[in-house]
Amino acid sequence: MSVLAACGGGSGGKATLNWYINPDGQVTLNKLAKTCSTSKYDIKIQLLPASATDQRTQLARRLAAKDSSTDLMSLDPVFVPEFANAEWLAPFEGKQADQVLDDDVLKGAAETVQWDDKVVAAPQWANTQVLWYRRSLAEKAGLDMTKPVTWDQVIDAASDNGATVGVQANKYEAYVVWINALIQGAGGNILDPSTVEKGRDAKVTIDSEAGEDAAGVIKKLADSKAAQPDFTTSNEGTSLGSMFPSKGPGEFMTNWTFVYKNYEGLIDKPSGPKGKTGFEDLGWARYPETVEGEESKPPIGGIDIGVGAYSKHLDYAKAAAVCVTNAKAQTALAVNEGLMPSRQSVYDSAELKKAYPADLLKLFSESVDTGGPRPKSAFYSQISSAIQSRWHSPNSVGPGTPKKSADFLTAILKGKALL
Amino acid sequence: MSTYVQTAAPDEAPKAVDSDRTRAENSLARKLVAPAVVLMLVVTAFPMLRALYLSMFSYSLTAPDDKEFVGFQNYWTALSDPLFWRDTGNTVMVMIVTVTIELIIGFAFAMVMHKLIFARGTIRTSILIPYGVITVVSGFAWQFAFSNTNGFVNSWLPFIGDDFNWFAKYDSSMIAIMASEIWKTTPFMSLLLLAGLAQVSEDMLEAAKVDGATWIQRLYKVILPNMRAAIMVAVLFRALDAYRIFDNIFVMTAGANNTESISFLTYRQVIEQFQLGIGSALSVLLFLSVLVLAYAIVKLFKVDLSAARQEN
Repeated sequence: MSVLAACGGGSGGKATLNWYINPDGQVTLNKLAKTCSTSKYDIKIQLLPASATDQRTQLARRLAAKDSSTDLMSLDPVFVPEFANAEWLAPFEGKQADQVLDDDVLKGAAETVQWDDKVVAAPQWANTQVLWYRRSLAEKAGLDMTKPVTWDQVIDAASDNGATVGVQANKYEAYVVWINALIQGAGGNILDPSTVEKGRDAKVTIDSEAGEDAAGVIKKLADSKAAQPDFTTSNEGTSLGSMFPSKGPGEFMTNWTFVYKNYEGLIDKPSGPKGKTGFEDLGWARYPETVEGEESKPPIGGIDIGVGAYSKHLDYAKAAAVCVTNAKAQTALAVNEGLMPSRQSVYDSAELKKAYPADLLKLFSESVDTGGPRPKSAFYSQISSAIQSRWHSPNSVGPGTPKKSADFLTAILKGKALL
Repeated sequence: MSTYVQTAAPDEAPKAVDSDRTRAENSLARKLVAPAVVLMLVVTAFPMLRALYLSMFSYSLTAPDDKEFVGFQNYWTALSDPLFWRDTGNTVMVMIVTVTIELIIGFAFAMVMHKLIFARGTIRTSILIPYGVITVVSGFAWQFAFSNTNGFVNSWLPFIGDDFNWFAKYDSSMIAIMASEIWKTTPFMSLLLLAGLAQVSEDMLEAAKVDGATWIQRLYKVILPNMRAAIMVAVLFRALDAYRIFDNIFVMTAGANNTESISFLTYRQVIEQFQLGIGSALSVLLFLSVLVLAYAIVKLFKVDLSAARQEN
């Protein structure tokens, strides 16, 4: 209520902009809210729930009711098409659009904020997955990690050497992230990219050779000794402990960028590396290829800042969005919170070079630049649930899975099946 | 209704001519209830008609421009989908099991409350406490109780290992959900039954006793038949309530391991997936099933509701 009172003043009163954030990097985001406030408006942080589904529902409920107090929001890239299609996001125009999306923004991140030829959000930070591994393990397996490796090679190397492969295969969004990356890595797509923006009329293309290749990788891992015990319920956190076990050679793991800072903070702690030399055994490489010789398409995540279409202070909110996503803001998020930038210039900055090894920064920025987006559809959450329902459990994935999921996904999009 | 017709049957009952006063009173009565009727229509009829209207469309909140009239297709989609029938099966199962157990325990509680001679208020109040707890809170409380990491149920039950995860499988999840449901609403059941017990006249019971009826005979021949209306009301209320089970499932399993109910399915379509069309169709189906259920229960107990209210 105090918010409304503050806004209602009209002349003289200072405006308040509400910024709905997800819980990642709160300390730095609070500082950003302060530094980006001006004499005309204050940015006030509002915290969203921890789960991505709950964040989406809460924002959607507000926006569907045309809430005028939702000014800025931190959005997972997969929600952007959905929100933009419902016209809940105020697009950036003219000079501001150029500012938000200049040449400095990495391609993978830039793709996530465009809808219908408009810039509907501003990329704030970008996440991507790379292959994390123990250097000693790769050496023992005879894998040349300077060249791109394939999933086949990684799974074989792990199972031949008593190691494991960590992935995310619980029935949730990150499993779709994995499936999507595998399919795109084989040159395919869940939905035909040229029709994906048509919503219900999008062409389902998961039943393809690429789909079968992806199912093949999942089946191979499920059937191999390299699968971790909690394979079918694994998430981003469950496989972290297998990298530096008290006994054993460690693991290969595809996971997001936070892994580096995570293990750095665990040096000489339980389930962390032994000393600095132990930490130096942590290696990183580009996301594995699905098909040998075909460049992999690493997953893209992160956060985009959207401006609520019903905000009372659209101009202020857009200016604030530009401020909290500029190079300075991105540097602070990367150095303090480990949330990697979506701008190339920030990767090249002195502050980041001090905080991360140069080759890791190069890997991250390349990975974001050449990564593959998840289907850009206003029906993404249904698409994701439909895929999860037919590809889980990973132990049951096999040659028929792409066809099964294609039929189901088509029925869902046409409104002929329940999810 | 039927009794009314019978009494009117013999000789064309003279249609009483209303006096001016009666007519004036009736007209005043209509004016007095009018605001309430209008308000009721606004808050209940409007959403219902709106749901009916929306259920004819393929309509997603996130694609408002793609809204398309599809007639009864959403109903056909729901009724021909195995998911709908699986969830209906779950819901019916929860309803039958919980209402049966609640009826038995609730009746026992009602007897206790009825016969109490000391500390009446205290004991009656303490029996009613669970019903005062918010369902979401009791859901969490039971979830913690059944948890294999910090719960106590596993250590109390003799044949169950300490690390048994109740929420990993369908059967055990359902048991946990129903336990919470039963604990929470048995007091409500016993309260309604207590009201019924109070209506059974002591004279009849004494007469039966004098005639040499045993305790069991008194229960089956005197108490229960005289309580039929109260039992029906209790079963009706609880069955309709149980059919709409949502909170406990939402809190305890969130529908994992196929433990979803019809309400939960509807919730997911509308709130999580923003599919207003199919979601509305599901809620209309839910409404219709509740109506059918209510009708069936009233028929089953052969109770005249107006008689239950002692209107004649």
